[in-house]
Amino acid sequence: MPEIRHSHLDALEAESIEIFREVAASFERPVMMYSIGKDSSVLLHVARKAFFPSKIPFPLLHVDTTFKFREMIAFRDRMAEQYGFDLITHTNQEGVVENINPFDHGSARYTDIMKTVALRQALNAGQYDAAIGGARRDEEKSRAKERVFSHRNAQHAWDPKNQRPELWRLFNTRISPGESMRVFPLSNWTELDIWTYIYKEEIEIPSLYLAKLRPVVERSGTLIMVDDERLPLNEGETPQEKMVRFRTLGCYPLTGAIESEAATLPEIIMEMNASRTSEREGRLIDSDQAGSMEKKKQEGYF
Amino acid sequence: MSITQQAPQLDIEQWLSAQTDKSILRFLTCGSVDDGKSTLIGRLLYDSQLILDDQLASLQKESHNRTTGDEGIDFSLLVDGLTAEREQGITIDVAYRFFTTEKRKFIVADTPGHEQYTRNMATGASNADLAIVLIDARKGVLTQTKRHSFILSLIGVKHVVAVVNKIDLVDYDKAVFDKIDAEYREFAAQLGFKSLVTVPISALRGDNIVSKSTQMDWYNGPQLVPYLEEIDVAEDRVEQPFRFPVQWVNRASLDFRGFSGTVASGQIKPDDDVLIAASRKPAKIKRIVTMDGDLNAARAGDAVTLVLDREVDISRGDVLSAPGETPEFSNQFQARLIWMHENPAMAGRSYLIKIGSQMVPATITKIKQKTNVNTLEQNPAKCLELNEVGTVTIATDKPIAFDAYAENPLTGGFILIDRLSNATLGAGTIEFGLRRAQNLTYQDFDVNRQVRADMKGQTPRIVWFTGLSGSGKSTIANLLEKRITAEGKHTYILDGDNVRHGLNKDLGFTDEDRVENIRRVAEVAKLMADAGLIVLVSFISPFKNERRLAREVAGDIQFIEAYVNTPLEVCAQRDPKGLYARAKAGEIKNFTGLDSPFEAPEQADITLNAAENDPVDLANELYDLLFEGHQYSAL
Repeated sequence: MPEIRHSHLDALEAESIEIFREVAASFERPVMMYSIGKDSSVLLHVARKAFFPSKIPFPLLHVDTTFKFREMIAFRDRMAEQYGFDLITHTNQEGVVENINPFDHGSARYTDIMKTVALRQALNAGQYDAAIGGARRDEEKSRAKERVFSHRNAQHAWDPKNQRPELWRLFNTRISPGESMRVFPLSNWTELDIWTYIYKEEIEIPSLYLAKLRPVVERSGTLIMVDDERLPLNEGETPQEKMVRFRTLGCYPLTGAIESEAATLPEIIMEMNASRTSEREGRLIDSDQAGSMEKKKQEGYF
Repeated sequence: MSITQQAPQLDIEQWLSAQTDKSILRFLTCGSVDDGKSTLIGRLLYDSQLILDDQLASLQKESHNRTTGDEGIDFSLLVDGLTAEREQGITIDVAYRFFTTEKRKFIVADTPGHEQYTRNMATGASNADLAIVLIDARKGVLTQTKRHSFILSLIGVKHVVAVVNKIDLVDYDKAVFDKIDAEYREFAAQLGFKSLVTVPISALRGDNIVSKSTQMDWYNGPQLVPYLEEIDVAEDRVEQPFRFPVQWVNRASLDFRGFSGTVASGQIKPDDDVLIAASRKPAKIKRIVTMDGDLNAARAGDAVTLVLDREVDISRGDVLSAPGETPEFSNQFQARLIWMHENPAMAGRSYLIKIGSQMVPATITKIKQKTNVNTLEQNPAKCLELNEVGTVTIATDKPIAFDAYAENPLTGGFILIDRLSNATLGAGTIEFGLRRAQNLTYQDFDVNRQVRADMKGQTPRIVWFTGLSGSGKSTIANLLEKRITAEGKHTYILDGDNVRHGLNKDLGFTDEDRVENIRRVAEVAKLMADAGLIVLVSFISPFKNERRLAREVAGDIQFIEAYVNTPLEVCAQRDPKGLYARAKAGEIKNFTGLDSPFEAPEQADITLNAAENDPVDLANELYDLLFEGHQYSAL
């Protein structure tokens, strides 16, 4: 038999699979957060591997803020059909009634109502005792310290000072009634791992990650894609067609595009690798307020 | 619309292939607080080019404001940026950092240096293949250096790099390095590391980090980063006996039943024989299923789903193993335990143990000794406080499969969990099994009360509640039983409802019948205690003589008389079953307190005033009396 040396991606994948199975075996009502981006795509892929040939034995939850890129929604529905997973979408209906949007109410209030509150509503409604997310430890400083199985009290609050020691792979999955666990199978992956894994495993991701001519307007240095007619144009503002792509996906009015020619997966990996120091460094020394804010808006609620 | 894979250019593909093929090294940094850990991590991030020029420039500017002088850059500023954030509340925890070199990917567990956070250092060590122990050249080997090194050996980190940092501050003096090198090696010799190198470095100036320092011609050992890139830490798990803890049973369809898990050690291929540790039933591997297709072999570290050739009863927690090399299967073992909680570890307490995918109630049966982590001396101990390490024996409620930790960390390491708060209390490493359950022959020992009690991890007792009807006996007994049961102990309540309707239904309420009633209950309580149970008897039992009889029947079984003292008026007013009303109406004769006497105990072991206190508090008071180390006379 040929000597197979486990690469780090094999090791990361196996570790994540083990975490998924631990959730399925230990909790009554798990749910997986599905936000349609690259990390969610990897999460979905690993989840399918963990339970094959069974289907994923818990639902996937998407909190729809109503301002996601149209392509994201189409991609989400196609994935659900293709892989036959149980998709739950939730929108804060009170927010819809009040027509909460990022233009009139500001991004912070909009994010709070349509994302954070909406997520709590969905988790309470489903009475989920474990919520699986795609967050990674290399993303953010507080995440660097969070456990793989991260305990939440009945109010969904994290107590960082009182985390359970997490030794070996012996995850303490015990919770009291009303409490829940957030679980992060991709904790030990880096952004580069995510991209190389997507490449190696040929995982489908929304094409918004690839450069293409798209209609954008420039606002305080940020390129915003005009994804539908709801984006109010300032006087004299006309969308320009530019070659752009997105590093992260979220609500289109709050997601900045970058100008890029990288139209294939290897090209964006190379492009990202060339600039990866600045992305990561931004997180490391916390100098880039805007960047971390954006990150928060993209993914912060989890 | 979505991405379709396109043929990439060759160099990109090669680069990606190099990325995906890199191996991974998980290490932790530890040592005393001021030994330069932050600076070293900053230096590693810097040298693996995770810091940009513009950021470096501002770093240089900032560094000049500090005390590093001339061309020096204060790399600790990188990590100190985090420290400020940490000070707002999460100072104490392990942080994970990531960096990559041409040859390898690294996950660093950056562990806190303070003594009070030893548990977090242990957490970081538990998933590390290697440890960098920092030693300040000016200070030499400190207590904390020793403490951390001991924890490393306990957790089973096999490879250690002791870096003697700040060597520039002692003028790159060979004698200083040699002295520390000798001292540390002498201490570490007791700890059984597989590899140990000592490297003189200056994290600040980059000496011996990536390339050989020009300042230390006398040093011919390895440089830090090249050493980390090259060291082979692969434990030969593949060569070890096959262990497969079943994590999840995969029932994809009526025709498919597979067992999902990660191979802990060894390897397996179709047609290989396996044995199920608990049931000792054999089977053959039929298929090794993954989404990428069936495999012709699975090895340590692979997360797979095994299909067997026959129907066998297997569930989560079972361990599949090689037939000739099975794990121990027993309910008692000796282990080393690191305690991680403010509430100390005590013998006799019941916890949950998680080992592999098995989780069962377990009791610390004995704390044999604790280790002074500074001197490695063993001292006698009654309990283990936070951050203390000791040798204990543990009994589980049912047999579990395990190996010695030294032989197999994945099947020999465990955690203890609090049954009420669910907190993780401690982490242990099994030394050896105390009783080989699979070899037991029944002639070997007498099954007696002690054996039955040990299996339940408890001391059998009889708690005898006496008091008027409606005084609150059953309420308190029920609350007490709930609490005891939640801790995994085995109890039974004997009261009027379950005895009068069955065993004693031939008895009335005359004085003679009352005596016989109590005699029978006392005998049943004794049998149950002999079976190992904690028995709660809730009977009015109004006569002193009967209660003394019950105590005598119990013999050498601990007997606790609990007098629930509630004034008659209060009981009559509560009248939960409407009995007082009926008695007063003349429907019930010989009613205790009305037309039949209640002889209050004069020397009850505990008197509970249930008129003025919350029954929960009384149950807790009684619990404390029972389990917090009080002694009782048998008679």
